[in-house]
Amino acid sequence: MAQVEIRNIHKGFKSGAVLSDISLTAETGEIVVVFGPSGAGKTVLLRLIAGVEEPDEGAIFLQGRDVADAPPEARGLGMAFQNFALFPHMSAYDNIASALTARERSPAIIKAKVDNVAKLLKISHVMQHAPRELSNGQKQRTALARALVADPRILLLDDPLRNVDAKLRYEMRLELPSLLKASGSTVLYVTQDYKEAMALGDKIAVLLEGGFVQIATPTEVYRAPATLGVARLFGDPTINVIPAEPSLRDGRSVFDLGGVSLSLPARYAAVAGKSCMLGIRPESIIVEEAPSAESFPVEVVAITPLNEKSVLLLRTYDGREILAAEAGVEQSSRRIGAACARLDADAVLVFDAASGRRIAPVQS
Amino acid sequence: MEHTSRLERIIRIVLVALILIFFLFPIFWIFLMSFQTNEDILRIPPSPFFTPTISNYQALITGKLVSAAGTLDIPFMRNLWNSVLLSSVSVVIALILGVPAAYAFARFKFRLGEDIAFTLLSFRFAPPLLVLLPLSLYFQEIGLTDTYAGLIWVYQLIALPLILWIVRGYFEDISPDIEYAYRIGGHSWWRTFTRIAVPLAGPGIAAAGLLAFIFCWNNFVFALILASADKQPVTVGSLAFVTASGIQYGQIAAAIVLSVTPTLAIALYAQRYLVEGLSLGAVKG
Repeated sequence: MAQVEIRNIHKGFKSGAVLSDISLTAETGEIVVVFGPSGAGKTVLLRLIAGVEEPDEGAIFLQGRDVADAPPEARGLGMAFQNFALFPHMSAYDNIASALTARERSPAIIKAKVDNVAKLLKISHVMQHAPRELSNGQKQRTALARALVADPRILLLDDPLRNVDAKLRYEMRLELPSLLKASGSTVLYVTQDYKEAMALGDKIAVLLEGGFVQIATPTEVYRAPATLGVARLFGDPTINVIPAEPSLRDGRSVFDLGGVSLSLPARYAAVAGKSCMLGIRPESIIVEEAPSAESFPVEVVAITPLNEKSVLLLRTYDGREILAAEAGVEQSSRRIGAACARLDADAVLVFDAASGRRIAPVQS
Repeated sequence: MEHTSRLERIIRIVLVALILIFFLFPIFWIFLMSFQTNEDILRIPPSPFFTPTISNYQALITGKLVSAAGTLDIPFMRNLWNSVLLSSVSVVIALILGVPAAYAFARFKFRLGEDIAFTLLSFRFAPPLLVLLPLSLYFQEIGLTDTYAGLIWVYQLIALPLILWIVRGYFEDISPDIEYAYRIGGHSWWRTFTRIAVPLAGPGIAAAGLLAFIFCWNNFVFALILASADKQPVTVGSLAFVTASGIQYGQIAAAIVLSVTPTLAIALYAQRYLVEGLSLGAVKG
């Protein structure tokens, strides 16, 4: 039985439709990341599930039960808000305990549970502090503890790492998966950080302009994005997009880049003659000093270090700018100026120019 | 910390002193007057040196006003009690009605909501005299003239809009997410209202209650028209000091001192609630 099932949800506000025809299921213990740019309707979706907003159409089932008429307090879930939403007039301890007091009478049990979750999240030492005395990281952990403390079957996390500093975000990104797995809850996790989505999700649901474009595993979303839009959202630096209309030569689709004819793998033969967008990940562009087969001349315009990678801005001889990313190459060995670039043709993604949908290769 | 020069400090002290004198001197002068006889008060030029007397307070507390024309009964203590009773009961009722209403106006969008809220506010625009004539006629018909209940009802015209509009603003400032977080924690709507919304709007409720109390306390015309001597508050009762044999300035000053004391005491007590900024740091962004 699916813990969370959303069927054909529509939701609009005065300013227009926010969600249209949304469906999603999450199984027991699964972490589903709802990913999308800001304004895509991610938070609205969580609020609909929490019962804070009501859908215009469609149904929401939690643990198999239609919750259309259930108020938030009767849905038995935990939620962490993006803005923390701590109770300013209560101590951190009371904030966390508030998720228990409604159902649990025994103070001893409440204390044991709060202490336990506080220890888990390393905030035991600030339990008597008021929210305004907590650092952002501690606030975030308190909010998370409040959502976790009652062991809810369903946990809704609304971009909990958005308002914390980079260091803590990195730490939490490492800690959260095991923490969430240990809780055994079904988790709906909203984020607009693709790295977070990839790190945490068993499944990523990509929300774009009010609808799910793709619901798949992180690897699948990255390797086989459903649309060009999805491909653009995942990856840093972003994917290179090259409009092309390949022609057929020797049973292969061939396109032109920087004055050189490059061929796509044989399984893309069918795209010849169609107006396409080619998606090339920066890391599948290999920059070399010396020319080789199927390499094309480029000019290295700029080199930017990005974490352990360096990003190279290349300009082809027809003036197109493309990004290449390389890891493990000694940065000082790269020079601004002329070089050669080669594509890992197997990694090229082909999208239909009109619809933006990915054209799946035909396996022979 | 900003560095301030000696000159700036001196100027600041002088300005603060001027402001304090401007606002506190009348109170101080009235306090002095309350210990003077009418003769001392009316002496020209006025002098701060006099032999203090407590006869003014004596007259007020015993209710016997001794003047050149004879002894006059003044129910001042009864007026004072009436003021306390009318103002506090009015404010309590206005809070019971107004705080939930303010919450409703702040949180829920309903048909004609804004219109109703504005209509309630508009009671504050209308000059009281405008409603008094029809009101006194109605009150006579339904038997509310010269009753505490009638006056308290009319005082709602003063207290309710004030509380409604001030408290509404405070409720609107509370992030709805804080309330939702509490409800998702399994608490009912009513518990969320009493445990989260009301405590967080506490400073606002205290401020509105205090203001409403002062406005009710200072009201004059409603009680003047709608009540007779034994139900009237101090504001109306003080008229008794304008006697046939002259104005009793000393007693008026003493009456002012006595009638200001309760509001002053409440203001000092409520002050800490007004200053306390509870919402600080709870919600990010």
